[in-house]
Amino acid sequence: MITEFGAFALILALVLSLAQVLLSVLGRYRRSGLLAGAGEGAALAAFGALALAFAALIHAFVTSDFSVANVAANSHSEKPLLYRVSATWGSHEGSMLLWNLALTGFGAVLAGRGRDLPRDLKAVAVAVQGLIGSVFLAYTVLASNPFVRLADPPVEGRSLNPLLQDPALAVHPPFLYAGYVGMSVVFSLAVAALVEGRIDAAWARWVRPWTLAAWSFLTVGITLGAFWAYYELGWGGWWFWDPVENASFMPWLVATALLHSAVVTEKRGALPGWTVFLAITAFSFSMLGAFLVRSGVLTSVHAFAVDPTRGVLLLGILLATAGSAFTLFAFRAPGLAAGGVFAPVSRESALVANNILLSAATLTVLLGTLFPLIREAVSGEAISVGGPYFNLTFTPLMAVLCLLVPFGPLLAWKRGDLSPAFRALIPALVLGVLVGLAALWLLTPRKAFASLGLGLSAWLIVGALAEAAQRIRLFQGPLAESLRRFRGLPRGAWGTTLAHLGLGVFVLGACFETGWKLEAAQTLAPGQSLRVGAWELVLKDVRPVDGPNYDAETARISARRDGQEVCALTPSRRFYPAGGQTTSEVAICTVNLSHLYVVLGERRPGPEGRGVWLVRGFWNPLALLIFIGPAIMALGGLVSLTDRRLRLAAGRRREIRP
Amino acid sequence: MPLAVALAAALCLAAASDPAERLPDPTQEARARALFQEVRCMVCQNESIADSEAGLAVDLRRLVRERIASGQDDAQVRGWLVDRYGEFVLLRPSFSWANLALWLAPLAAVIAGVLALAAHLRRPVLPDAALTEAEARRLSDLLAGTDGHDPALKSSRDDPNA
Repeated sequence: MITEFGAFALILALVLSLAQVLLSVLGRYRRSGLLAGAGEGAALAAFGALALAFAALIHAFVTSDFSVANVAANSHSEKPLLYRVSATWGSHEGSMLLWNLALTGFGAVLAGRGRDLPRDLKAVAVAVQGLIGSVFLAYTVLASNPFVRLADPPVEGRSLNPLLQDPALAVHPPFLYAGYVGMSVVFSLAVAALVEGRIDAAWARWVRPWTLAAWSFLTVGITLGAFWAYYELGWGGWWFWDPVENASFMPWLVATALLHSAVVTEKRGALPGWTVFLAITAFSFSMLGAFLVRSGVLTSVHAFAVDPTRGVLLLGILLATAGSAFTLFAFRAPGLAAGGVFAPVSRESALVANNILLSAATLTVLLGTLFPLIREAVSGEAISVGGPYFNLTFTPLMAVLCLLVPFGPLLAWKRGDLSPAFRALIPALVLGVLVGLAALWLLTPRKAFASLGLGLSAWLIVGALAEAAQRIRLFQGPLAESLRRFRGLPRGAWGTTLAHLGLGVFVLGACFETGWKLEAAQTLAPGQSLRVGAWELVLKDVRPVDGPNYDAETARISARRDGQEVCALTPSRRFYPAGGQTTSEVAICTVNLSHLYVVLGERRPGPEGRGVWLVRGFWNPLALLIFIGPAIMALGGLVSLTDRRLRLAAGRRREIRP
Repeated sequence: MPLAVALAAALCLAAASDPAERLPDPTQEARARALFQEVRCMVCQNESIADSEAGLAVDLRRLVRERIASGQDDAQVRGWLVDRYGEFVLLRPSFSWANLALWLAPLAAVIAGVLALAAHLRRPVLPDAALTEAEARRLSDLLAGTDGHDPALKSSRDDPNA
């Protein structure tokens, strides 16, 4: 009964979204506040209906109602409650429902808030948002309905891929989708601005909070995914340049570029066309990601919910939505004013350089992801584009970007002066060079590129701090004056500092971990040990463990340094009889910011018929920073979002230069 | 000293592989390990043979090690892999005419961007249009109520450029 109610609520959400489009368009056309208000009401109601539908699907999963086809295919009654809930969005149908929930949710926030928006612009934006919602809801209702019943319900479900039964992965999709779909509001505002023919500083200011929110969600979502890959796939890597990872990374890169170009448009009125182009591109890449992940055109370690026939439908939605927006852009772009003038050395130029490099990086990731398809279509030859390609192309682009990052916030608008910026960055330059040289000299094995990366990270971190010190005039006058400036600094400035600092922290962790990780593997019988750098891993015993929906072998391993036990580790290997899969549960011991990472391998016949186990140990130095860095970046986004300038009535230009 | 460092690096790499598969010569083993990173495990979902426990990956690792032990250099091993499985097996696509767009696109994008920026900077600067009489009157009205300060700013602390 509740399932039928869910199906009804889903269809109701579709009807309400269509009403949202119709009422908002009529409201704009007739200049009627009443009709536009009704359109906003429909947007709120559509979200309410979809929330009920989503709750109904969660209910079906929690109660293990196997008469629902989606539950039977993706759940199992012995699964722990958390994973029965998270299985709701673990399938094609369920994940599309989550996508729609986010889409209507953002539509509701746009309708309910956004009071500062001009009436006409808002009505069109709400209509566009409703149109996107209607298309995806129609797809869900007609081609991907999660509430379909089975005539012969099975006694037991087919379970969820055990790799996906994991706390980080349970919360990873909601964050990722909030990020992906948050870009839809930016897209709607861009299309609305093109329709209304007005793109100026005020528009850029309305777009910024949405971009910031979506970017922060996406940062957290991608980081959770990388963290999951790190400890669940069991070979110590965290980024594989996998098509699915790339699919989530491309919208992030575009959103990052958009955040920076929107600042130029907001503060200086320059680059309006480019900012609108990025606003449309960001959500187009989100939709491309949704298509790539589900269509099965590319193979991936994260492959999930693959269905080629429905992939074609998603491709159609992508082409129609993005295509019409870009066509509109092509018609309107020539009419846009080129905006403010600026000198070669200025903050505008620095932000444009940021955009050039991020766009080139996005193109690299896009081409690397799709090129195998292109070559296969053109010449029929299958090729692979993997990690080595991206390391040779993407990484140098980002290294140049990292060199430029600290300069940006130190240059003045319109016409900047390099020498004070250089002077402020002398500590960062000195420290960066020293750290790089020290790494080259002191760390074994000697690695030139990784040392360069460490130098860059010091340059970024100290550069971000130097910029903050410059803003509050630290050491340039009385401390009380600095403290006063510290308190008065807008949150947006702190957001910049935090995000750039987070980037430096990430680069530090990523380079150190990649360059100087230690690995060792040995077959061990109980009582034997394995050396990983300064660590000694002693295998105490291996015992069978009965889990709720799996059988496991769990090892007890004592990790010792200088003869002292520091950690007791329990890596295990799980067998899930429901799906017939085996997974490896890694044990991680965190020592300061580094990880001792231990994997229990398969059992092998040993001497005298007793078993031995393959044990792999990894020493991942500073690995924690890889995940802390992006967390600091996301925090920067959130801090920036609380800036009162974003919350105040927008539209007023404030331009006073010191 | 450099030799000792190189040897330590080779040992540390070699130690990570399954001891049942390892080559006795540490430098050869290090070369094999570096090659594994570039070879696709074709039955897996987008993994290199260095990371995979699949049967095919184990076989390919053994075959690559055999070839390295018999004295072939990296290019010969790669060539043998491509003859046997096609270019699909290499995770680093070859630098060939067919892949030219793939390798040159990042650089081309940066050059195009820099040229666009240069064109933007060289744009002739149009003189600001003078205010009409009505605009001038409205401006002085607006400024009169604010003592010359931007009404949107409460204090200098709000200045985004401070």
